[in-house]
Amino acid sequence: MSNALKEWPLWEVFVRSKQGLEHKHCGSLHAADAPQALQMARDVYTRRQEGVSIWVVRSADIVASSPDDKGELFEPAADKIYRHPTFYDIPDDVGHM
Amino acid sequence: MYTQSFSVSDGQGKNAGPNAEPKAGPKPVPVISNEEAEKISAFEQKIADDGRIEPQDWMPEAYRKTLVRQISQHAHSEIVGMLPEGNWISRAPSLKRKAILIAKVQDEGGHGLYLYSAAETLGVSRDKMLDDLHTGRAKYSSIFNYPTLTWADVGVIGWLVDGAAIMNQIPLCRCSYGPYARAMIRVCKEESFHQRQGYESLLVMMRGTEEQRAMVQDAVNRWWWKCLAMFGPPDADSPNSAIGMRYGIKRFSNDDLRQKFVDATVAQAEVLGVTLPDPDLKWNEARGHYDYGAIDWDEFWRTVNGDGPCNKERLTTRVKADRDGQWVRDAALAHARKRAAREAKEAA
Repeated sequence: MSNALKEWPLWEVFVRSKQGLEHKHCGSLHAADAPQALQMARDVYTRRQEGVSIWVVRSADIVASSPDDKGELFEPAADKIYRHPTFYDIPDDVGHM
Repeated sequence: MYTQSFSVSDGQGKNAGPNAEPKAGPKPVPVISNEEAEKISAFEQKIADDGRIEPQDWMPEAYRKTLVRQISQHAHSEIVGMLPEGNWISRAPSLKRKAILIAKVQDEGGHGLYLYSAAETLGVSRDKMLDDLHTGRAKYSSIFNYPTLTWADVGVIGWLVDGAAIMNQIPLCRCSYGPYARAMIRVCKEESFHQRQGYESLLVMMRGTEEQRAMVQDAVNRWWWKCLAMFGPPDADSPNSAIGMRYGIKRFSNDDLRQKFVDATVAQAEVLGVTLPDPDLKWNEARGHYDYGAIDWDEFWRTVNGDGPCNKERLTTRVKADRDGQWVRDAALAHARKRAAREAKEAA
């Protein structure tokens, strides 16, 4: 077994804190396989009733945007303030809209 | 469990204290490209604006190295910290105290895991960090190189050692490196239980027999000065403090946090009914703080450098635990591979 393969692969852990809420990333851990990753996530991240459901996913399987593309990806939204409701002046008489 | 005494360097070279190492001469200034200079200034601006750095962001090598050293030392301290208290699990005085202690020791293992994960985002592997610990290249908090002689020590560790750790760890929840700050938020939530259970167990003993009260006082006498030393050397003698401050990793100086700890602890000791073993401890009206006596830094450095009462035992126990668990880790991996291969074959 090569040295590189001796370490258990890394998994990202997502926990749903209660029914009706989304799963939220809460950390990572090493585990040999998916069932073990789930079991260890339970032991590490939900010892105080922090969750009712857990997702685990191999860290290597996550596709992420690059920090170098931050400008290109996200800056175009900055000058489109007309996408926000506060851009529009509505007379007070109209009441809540 | 974190202490600012992590401002000491790793490595076989002795940390012989402030006066031991000759000052290095001026280093040659490396020539940097314009692009590099821009990255550095953007990074420093982000730190100045109290922004957060995330794993994929560009960062100076010194920032990465400082974080890897501090976070891995912090992680090591969590798992070595399991040992002195773990010794008492089988000897806890009641089932209730035993369940509490098991939960606490399990938390420490969890804290170690959060922190190793945070350090791994900086590109250092778990195996490498553990190897550094097991071969003595990496340091851990020297407080764990002292023995836990009686049951009262378990309570005092919760009250004072974890209390000191909380003082140190709360500012880290706002540190500039995102994964470290997030790990610390989680740790701090759990740490409060550690301190309160310790204090409460001491309260129970203080309401007991004369012998029990003497046991608590004895434990306080043995741990008090070591807890003050946990905050690390005085600011002037703390070589890595400045860089930690500059990079927004460290928010308060060692001396400031130590003072906060003393000020907070005096009243707790009074309620408990124990005496803190320092004849110089008294309220200073002008400063608005308690004055305290001189800390024995020679003892601190001796322990940091490996000559504490339990350094060898702790490391030996830790290495043995790792070695004894190796076959389990290998078997789990072999099992996972075999199953994956079987599933691939069935799918074909």
